[in-house]
Amino acid sequence: MDFLPHTDQDRAQMLAELGLSSEEDLFAVIPQELRAQNWNLPSGLSEMEVMDRLKGLAEQNAHRLTCFLGAGFYDHFIPAAVDAVLRRGEFYTAYTPYQAEMSQGTLQSIYEYQTAICRLTGLDVSNASLYDGGTAMFEATMMAVRKTRRNSLIVCRSVNPIYRVMLKSYTANLHLELIEEDITDPDRLAEIVSDKTAAVILQNPDFFGRVHDFSSHFALAKDNKALSILSCNPVALGVVKSPAEMGADIAMGEGQTLGLPLSFGGPYLGYMAVREQLVRTMPGRLVGRTTDHQGRVGYCLTLQTREQHIRREKATSNICSNQALCTLAALVYLSLLGKKGLIELCQLNLAKAAYARQRLTAIPGVELVDEGPWFNEFRLSLPMDARVAVSQMIEKGMAAGFPLGRYYPEQANNLLVAVTEKRTKEEIGYLAEGLEAIL
Amino acid sequence: MKTIFEISRKDRRGAALPRPDLPRDIFEQSRIPENLRRAEPAELPEAAEVDVIRHFTNLSRLNFGVDVGPYPLGSCTMKYNPRFTEEVARLPGFANLHPLLPQLRRGGLLTQGALRVLYETEQLLCQITGMSAFTMQPMAGAHGELTGIMLMAAYHRHKGNQKTTVLVPDSAHGTNPASAAIAGYKVVTVPSKDGVMDPEAFEQKLDDKVAGVMMTNPNTLGLFNPHIKRIAQAAHEADAVMYYDGANLNAIMGYAKPADLGFDIVHLNLHKTLGTPHGGGGPGSGPVGVVERLADYLPISRVSQREDGSLFLNYDFPKSIGYIAPFYGNFGVTLKAYAYILALGGEGLKNVSRDAVLNANYLRVKLADKWQVAIDKPCMHEVVFTATDKAESFGVSALDVAKALMDEGFHPPTIYFPLVVKEALMIEPTETESKENLDAFVAAMAKIAQAAEKDPDSLHAAPRTTPVGRLDEVKAARQPDLIFRGTCPG
Repeated sequence: MDFLPHTDQDRAQMLAELGLSSEEDLFAVIPQELRAQNWNLPSGLSEMEVMDRLKGLAEQNAHRLTCFLGAGFYDHFIPAAVDAVLRRGEFYTAYTPYQAEMSQGTLQSIYEYQTAICRLTGLDVSNASLYDGGTAMFEATMMAVRKTRRNSLIVCRSVNPIYRVMLKSYTANLHLELIEEDITDPDRLAEIVSDKTAAVILQNPDFFGRVHDFSSHFALAKDNKALSILSCNPVALGVVKSPAEMGADIAMGEGQTLGLPLSFGGPYLGYMAVREQLVRTMPGRLVGRTTDHQGRVGYCLTLQTREQHIRREKATSNICSNQALCTLAALVYLSLLGKKGLIELCQLNLAKAAYARQRLTAIPGVELVDEGPWFNEFRLSLPMDARVAVSQMIEKGMAAGFPLGRYYPEQANNLLVAVTEKRTKEEIGYLAEGLEAIL
Repeated sequence: MKTIFEISRKDRRGAALPRPDLPRDIFEQSRIPENLRRAEPAELPEAAEVDVIRHFTNLSRLNFGVDVGPYPLGSCTMKYNPRFTEEVARLPGFANLHPLLPQLRRGGLLTQGALRVLYETEQLLCQITGMSAFTMQPMAGAHGELTGIMLMAAYHRHKGNQKTTVLVPDSAHGTNPASAAIAGYKVVTVPSKDGVMDPEAFEQKLDDKVAGVMMTNPNTLGLFNPHIKRIAQAAHEADAVMYYDGANLNAIMGYAKPADLGFDIVHLNLHKTLGTPHGGGGPGSGPVGVVERLADYLPISRVSQREDGSLFLNYDFPKSIGYIAPFYGNFGVTLKAYAYILALGGEGLKNVSRDAVLNANYLRVKLADKWQVAIDKPCMHEVVFTATDKAESFGVSALDVAKALMDEGFHPPTIYFPLVVKEALMIEPTETESKENLDAFVAAMAKIAQAAEKDPDSLHAAPRTTPVGRLDEVKAARQPDLIFRGTCPG
């Protein structure tokens, strides 16, 4: 099946107007010796056949497991209205809004999204998105390196380990020093921060679900003229202290929790908000509000001299396509939940996780690793290897959590359990009963 | 239109959450302690679902997309996006799948369907490009470029080479030098001759410091560089890596493969060539393919197959550059491209390129009597015109032409790119435009050419039929208003 409007008659007519006799003449510009010698792709299929094939593959995945897996990516409820908006062809088949007059839908949505992110984080400017939380962390790091002209970075070990691996990967060729330590205690940070430190990077809630106030850490960073970067789950910002209140310079993170499905790893949403003074070194698109020559309010891309299409190798980033449709999802989600709904969502998450802790710590041998407070995730220490426990729980129809040994070798018996508003009291009960049975 | 913040009214709710099925005291106990709590709630909108749907529906109507009309934005390949691919991405078996599942013990068994999609898409992309292995991790074209440069750097590091520069042609897309710079390389530009990168100039700039060269073929002028074999040979003799920017792959599918042209690394844009939607600026996907000698450096994890045919995530690549993405790339986009390739098949993809090249050449010839083509040669999938004559004779710029086209019902072509052409109009119709649409575009351009001569002020005043006219971009840059500061009405 193809989507080509031309009939053979159309083609013949067009070729005649070009003075050519066949389509092959169009490719005379490619010398014969460079032509493809074989073209072995399978034959095309009808829509029905492709759907059958993909449905079959979809069913070969265990998507029905009750999900207590988090580790930075969460199973939240997404109202149907979000997808209804994303399905508007005017939104999803448009491209980067270079021609503002024809793109006011995209542009105004991005402006509203930028506003929502600023209101959540308390910071001054948000960009129009980056690819995901990990690349957002890398971009924030590079902003700090450029701004301070220093080359050492301090990242807390309670920052998502996947992002720390990404950071190492991206900075491998860049002569930067990456110090990974547990700096939850600000005294430890005080020992290692120096005049070579470009940035201090922390996460709240941290990877283990604990909620903190990093104000003293960021004050320390500031005293040393280093930038403070805080990675946060934007849903948690409904209730936890905001990055601005803690004194962060840059807030970034993963926006998947704002109305995006888990989708086996993407597309996700990297958000970033910064203090006013940093706006000109910020990566990513920025939409500004202005007026047209008749005084009507309109929106356009602005401060584009930071970007690749203008500055090329001097750009603040190479980013071009970002995650625009995902920002629309986040904006619609936040608009539907609203100011009070987001708080209520957080309360549900907090309560469900607390209930799960109660039920699970009642099991002999199962203990909490931390004292809290937590958001919707927590660490348990089990009397057995967490990988084996999880494997056995899968047979009971549950993804019981993330075995921390995967990224923290010293924590092989520790399990990271996430509980969102989607988990019912019954499901939490089954989790506890199941775990008790296998331990 | 009002912003969503202005439509808000206190206490309105758009989404209902599940009713709490837990005792009251659990809610009390689990509250975040005051010293860790934010002082004031975030000022988010408060709107009923009907308000939200109306707001965004009306916003969408201010937008022009491929679904509305022709969108010949050069370099972007704005082809029609088949609807069924949207269904595929929404299948619960994919949409609800947590990415960490295959990383659990025996977790591969939980995700064979998803792993199969990744594995087969990689194989199909190998077939299309001639490369030996792919990674689906890069989440956009520019991200693919950065990944490719990082692979290049890893290759040189392992060989103990001291390479510091990357060559790009003067017609290169901005993401090419930007990506090379982010990866720590210095960028050197090579001039063009007769519209394509000059092989002699290239050989002159090729020294032992050159890590690689980033090119696309056909280039951003839509011209195929016939010297490509000579260029590749010279590069390889200097142990420089040949990088192919796949943005223009729509021109050559089934006719030529980047591997055969001498390229070592390729990135593709799934949201251009392989039919996934542009989304208003993403999400895209920029998978990267490599020849055998670079495969060891690809990011992990990779999907490998056991003897029994089952698939698993393989991390056992000690020379890998590590993680480029948190997981397996924009999987939802990969799914759509996979479905698109299955639907079209080999024959269909070749027909895509055939009609894309036919359409661009048709425009090249039909526009020629009123408009000046930048390089007078047969083009491939896109063609660049220049409005220099109109600018010099009538004071009508490429920008004016773009704005006037909006009033004719077309999205404008790309303007002022490539940089090597003054007053550039870069036109890429793609294969999904019918002959009538192409003829209508030619007629609209003829009308604009006429207006340029007879009534240039009418073009300076364009667009007049869009929701807003030309915006004060200078004010937007000088007095940035990047966040709505009004309060939500009580």
